[in-house]
Amino acid sequence: MNYLYFLYIEFLAKHNIPKIFGDITFYVIPACIIFVALILVILVLVLFERKLLGWFTQRKGPNRVGFWGVLQTLADAFKLLCKENITPIGADRAVFNLAPIIMFLPVLIALGLIPFSSEFTFMNFQTNVLIYVILATFPVLSILLAGWASNNKYSLIGGVRNVAQILAYELPISFTVLSVIVLASSMNLTQITLAQSNQYGVLGWYWFPCIIGFGLMLICTLAELNRCPFDLPEAESELIAGYNTEYSGMRFALFYLSEYGMLFANSLFISVLFLGGYLSPFGKYLSPILFSGPVGNILIYFEQAFWLFAKSFLIIFIFIWVRATLPRLASFDLLKFSWNILLPLSIVNLLLMSLLKFFVGGVYA
Amino acid sequence: MTSLKLNLGPQHPSTHGVLRLILELEGELITRCEPDVGYLHRGMEKMAEKLSYIQYLPLVDRIDYLAGFFYSELLCRNIEKALSLELSPRVKAIRVMLLELNRISSHLLWIGAFLMDLGAVSPFFYAFREREVILKYFEKISGQRMMNNYFVFGGVRNDIFDIEEIERFLEILPHKLDDYESIITDNLIFKKRTVGKGVLDPKIALNFGITGPNLRASGVGYDTRKKDSLYEGFSFSPIVLGNQDSWTRYKIRILEIHESIRIITQAIEKIKANPELNNNFINPLNIVLPEGEYYSEIEAPRGVASCYIKSDGKKSPYRLKWRTGSYYAVNLLRKLLVGEYLNDAIAIAGSLDIILPEVDK
Repeated sequence: MNYLYFLYIEFLAKHNIPKIFGDITFYVIPACIIFVALILVILVLVLFERKLLGWFTQRKGPNRVGFWGVLQTLADAFKLLCKENITPIGADRAVFNLAPIIMFLPVLIALGLIPFSSEFTFMNFQTNVLIYVILATFPVLSILLAGWASNNKYSLIGGVRNVAQILAYELPISFTVLSVIVLASSMNLTQITLAQSNQYGVLGWYWFPCIIGFGLMLICTLAELNRCPFDLPEAESELIAGYNTEYSGMRFALFYLSEYGMLFANSLFISVLFLGGYLSPFGKYLSPILFSGPVGNILIYFEQAFWLFAKSFLIIFIFIWVRATLPRLASFDLLKFSWNILLPLSIVNLLLMSLLKFFVGGVYA
Repeated sequence: MTSLKLNLGPQHPSTHGVLRLILELEGELITRCEPDVGYLHRGMEKMAEKLSYIQYLPLVDRIDYLAGFFYSELLCRNIEKALSLELSPRVKAIRVMLLELNRISSHLLWIGAFLMDLGAVSPFFYAFREREVILKYFEKISGQRMMNNYFVFGGVRNDIFDIEEIERFLEILPHKLDDYESIITDNLIFKKRTVGKGVLDPKIALNFGITGPNLRASGVGYDTRKKDSLYEGFSFSPIVLGNQDSWTRYKIRILEIHESIRIITQAIEKIKANPELNNNFINPLNIVLPEGEYYSEIEAPRGVASCYIKSDGKKSPYRLKWRTGSYYAVNLLRKLLVGEYLNDAIAIAGSLDIILPEVDK
């Protein structure tokens, strides 16, 4: 990022624009890029999920709007934009309107923490991981507010269920993330990525030594994202649509967007922690081999982003596969499952990783 | 703790049809359940008093749109009994075949809907894929996918054809059922949500008038097909399982489909052995039942269904009464849901296979 920053300042200096202007705008540009990119990715993601679910259930999925249904999500988004925003009688107006916004903001910030390529992290703090884990729990606040402000019993039950669920599943996530931090001896996502590049290639990535943690992380992320089989807060067969029952139009779209945004961000996060982030699975990058000269050197960054996206879509594919296969857990089983099985397992995993680090430290240093 | 009154339905997206349950909750624990029915009441019984029998015949399929053949069979049977019309062997075999196909399609839909209640989406589509074959065949022979109006007094409307289609379907169906079982039956989450949930004591079941698969899943071997004259000469055994919970009610329906396949294979043999249709029609325009009471019953997919007619010797009945299995199952929810959690409420209600048009008539 420093490299890009200097390029930007240099570019401005050439055109006699003061440095202070550059300092301020430099952080606005990535935010805009993230926002636009996020919307685009979500449009693809929704289509991806609907197509896959269609194929899993022997259907075609959306195939009417645009070629092969590619414009379906766009049409849906347009429809949602045109819809009336309804505030139910007796709802707490301010909180009701605030909840979708609170849900959407952390997604934007969380995406800024992910290293998309070696030079491309919008906010590269030393404690990226910590900030990410905190941000990932933010939606629960919004869901509780939405459920409480809607003046609807189904929303309320959905919101309360969500709080219990996130509380139960946040601890195993923290312990698992901690085990990765132990392995990499760093809280910075770029450092964690780099720590995974060693002579073992794909097996050097942390999913292999930390296979228990990888499994735990997948399960807990499903729960944190309220996806099947942990989609209790939105259990359609009991609670209609859970916390967003009363939302319509753009506010509903914001919930929808942030759900998919969070899905994308979390899958990126898992890819960085366990699947080597932007590292190429072949050990070295292909673009310098394919394109010689400066073009190849610049293309490396895009290739790195490509690998990261590919890995995250692999994880999303697993999530969708799970959704197409499993029924929903009951709420008490869900809590028991976390407190009785996942939490002890994650602590054992942390212990194992610490021992591994202590004795075999050289390899995973 | 103050209790929360929750109105589940009638516009809830996943109560089957327009069922309304008034629940009182403490936390998520249900302390009282009051089913409220009648949102789909069409006056099926009152209508009969103004219509002649042949006018009423197309309506009875609508009592349970998923198992329409059973209700037309009931009305036909009452009238055939009253006027002593004999059915030819081929007609009998055709009726048995279509009834059992209808049972399969109804059970398949139930499997899909039940898994949907539990939050699994895919089995719904898989079950519908197989059901589609049956409905296509119904459409071929009767012109309608559901509510076929195919049985008439004294026979069937037309002869059936393309039996090979059904034979081919019966060959693949057991494999498809194995496929369902491999993703559903031993699934840990599915078991967790159904084993030991909604336990129905056989005594309570009998007292509440529960029949059909729900009763047989509680260990009571009551199947009216055994003493049914239509099923004479067919070898089959009613399936009885004794675990009394939701999982058993799921398993018993899978096994019943297998049993129905057995019956249909025998029926097809009989159809092939009797190539002559020999309908025993009477002029439907002036059917008059002699004064008296007539009653017939049949094992429908959702329990024993029966039809009672009191005739005063006119063209339309003086009083006509339907007994349907679902009505009693809805009443049972009052007992079964208390002490359960809201999570399980829909799952337990779903496991009883309630169809609302059948309840409200």
